[in-house]
Amino acid sequence: MAILVTPQTKLLVQGITGEFGARHAKLSLDYGTQLVAGVTPGKGGQFFEHGGHKVPIFDTVADAVKQTGATASAVFVPPPFAADAILEGADAGLDLVVAITEGIPVRDMIRAKQAMAGSKTRLIGPNCPGIVTPGEGKDSHGGCRIGIAPGYIHKKGNIGVVSRSGTLTYEAVWQLTSRGVGQSTCVGIGGDPVNGTSHLDVIKLFMADPETKGIIMIGEIGGSAEEEAADWIAKHGTKPVAGFIAGATAPPGRRMGHAGAIVSGGKGTAEAKISAFKAAGIGVAATPSDMADTLLKLM
Amino acid sequence: MNIHEYQAKQLLKQYGVAVPPGDACKTVDEAKAAADRIFAAGNKLAVVKSQIHAGGRGKGIFKDGFKGGVKLAKSAEEATAHAKAMLGNTLVTKQTGPDGRVVSTVLVAAAEDIKKEFYLAVLLDRANSRPLIMASTEGGVDIEEVAEKTPEKIIKEHIDPAMGFQAWQGRKIAAALGLKGELAGQAAKLFAGVYKTWWEADASMVEINPLCICVGADGKEKIVAVDAKIGLDDNALYRHKDIQEMRDLAEESPLEIEASKFNLNYIKLDGSIACLVNGAGLAMATMDIIQHYGASPANFLDVGGGASKDQVTAAFKIILSDPSVKAIFVNIFGGIMDCNVIATGIVAAVKETGLTLPLVVRLEGNNVAAGKKTLAESGLTIISGDSMADAAQKVVKTVAK
Repeated sequence: MAILVTPQTKLLVQGITGEFGARHAKLSLDYGTQLVAGVTPGKGGQFFEHGGHKVPIFDTVADAVKQTGATASAVFVPPPFAADAILEGADAGLDLVVAITEGIPVRDMIRAKQAMAGSKTRLIGPNCPGIVTPGEGKDSHGGCRIGIAPGYIHKKGNIGVVSRSGTLTYEAVWQLTSRGVGQSTCVGIGGDPVNGTSHLDVIKLFMADPETKGIIMIGEIGGSAEEEAADWIAKHGTKPVAGFIAGATAPPGRRMGHAGAIVSGGKGTAEAKISAFKAAGIGVAATPSDMADTLLKLM
Repeated sequence: MNIHEYQAKQLLKQYGVAVPPGDACKTVDEAKAAADRIFAAGNKLAVVKSQIHAGGRGKGIFKDGFKGGVKLAKSAEEATAHAKAMLGNTLVTKQTGPDGRVVSTVLVAAAEDIKKEFYLAVLLDRANSRPLIMASTEGGVDIEEVAEKTPEKIIKEHIDPAMGFQAWQGRKIAAALGLKGELAGQAAKLFAGVYKTWWEADASMVEINPLCICVGADGKEKIVAVDAKIGLDDNALYRHKDIQEMRDLAEESPLEIEASKFNLNYIKLDGSIACLVNGAGLAMATMDIIQHYGASPANFLDVGGGASKDQVTAAFKIILSDPSVKAIFVNIFGGIMDCNVIATGIVAAVKETGLTLPLVVRLEGNNVAAGKKTLAESGLTIISGDSMADAAQKVVKTVAK
């Protein structure tokens, strides 16, 4: 049922007392997420209070896990300390660490990713909007919202969405919801060149998830993750996939907002990714307005 | 962030990489002094190299007709004359665009007696998130062409980030490049130094092209980084004050510099439709959809998650400083952001800047109804788009006349 997180997933927020972390912890609580703990070194023993919720704060992730049974974390820690926070989460044996932070040095992530190889902890991000598994209530209330996505645009259903972008994901989700089509889980893998989870990693999970019947995949220039996913889908895909690639008009060699959105040495072009999609039978949305319709035509 | 060749060589030298002796010069007097030193040291040839953040300097032409941004000199007088011709002049190369770049610094260096040219680079391999060394016997040429035509001539060696670059890896690459004896040992040491530069400086890319076997004044062969290009990871600059100081604002677009002051992510392009969007992916997609409907974007602009009234106003002013802009497309998906807050900001910005160009606004998401109402009741001529496609088509139509 959905992938990675369910409405019952117990979440802790690293950086809950920071302005950014606090704002989104409140929104996640409002959405009905089981937010059971916060972690801010030095503030253990305090509480995060919002809307009748009293969330205990701990000095360490390990302590939070021990006291509350949390299995997932959202990292809202500033860039100089974020990779360290991720590794602390992995060391505490979490199932999932979702790193929202934008601006982590690439070198820190190269090291962190290597350190986590073989670990039971899955890292999503960094520089990502997070994950949402929609709930059954009004405006999908009652689901699990990790990160910064607007909860109300979602609807419980059968489409999996995986994307490197934030607002472009919300576009796709909103298009689906507006057509009465819901989502199983929406995963933002982030815009950085080194990330914990790729398009393909998520697509494999969607393909194996009985609740997911179709997939929307949103990519952008830089790297070859979309091509890698398309290649696998061509050989092993069992469900319809539609996608959109942003950045066809981006000038080469420039970093387009996202650290990973750059065409380097002629590689990572939108053109190459779109070709790979077409070769794999993935429906290609000509414009971002057509993402939902492109998938629905295939279903 | 990009830096000049002379700065890249400074960094490499710090990590033990052999570079030709030379000095960065900002005046003709400095160039003369540097040239005198080079010839006094026994060198037979000097080279004067324009310092700009673009390649193709050798074949470039200055706006006054002076040919070549990289010139050899047989004497200090000749070197000084080259420097005089270059300093303050505008160099146009294949990579600068027709406007070229003003040369305010030249690197006056010993010109090595080059016997063989190699290619060497360190970068991130995004396929496995590992550092990668790329080396090739095909130096001094466009590596992308080598990759396309003779990929077998490119050697690739991944580095274990926890272990760092190991001595045996240096010997392995040297052998693969056909190097032997003492030179192989020198090369292995140089590769380690180049990797160390990449890692310690938090570089995204270090490129040495050409890396050369040269014959020194003493008749002995040596390995030297004759040209160097380094790009730094912007995310890591906060921990490199010395590298931050290497930033050359003259190499950046003034509008982009202005935008960065307001935490706006702005990249100037060539078209006529300006964009203002929240989110990098959506911003790229907005540029793409403008092109899809037959026009050209004037810029990439991501206002991020904030988009306060001040930022929206600053963004409008920056957009309007670009004389090629004929229309503006505001495309916002208000997730957490309140559409009415954006709408209020837009109305204020339009009034403050006295905007007369066509403005198409597409709002979606949180509190969108109130946002659309604010725009409708503003008394301003603002075209509303229902979907992204609808809005894009409308804005393209305004410039199609």
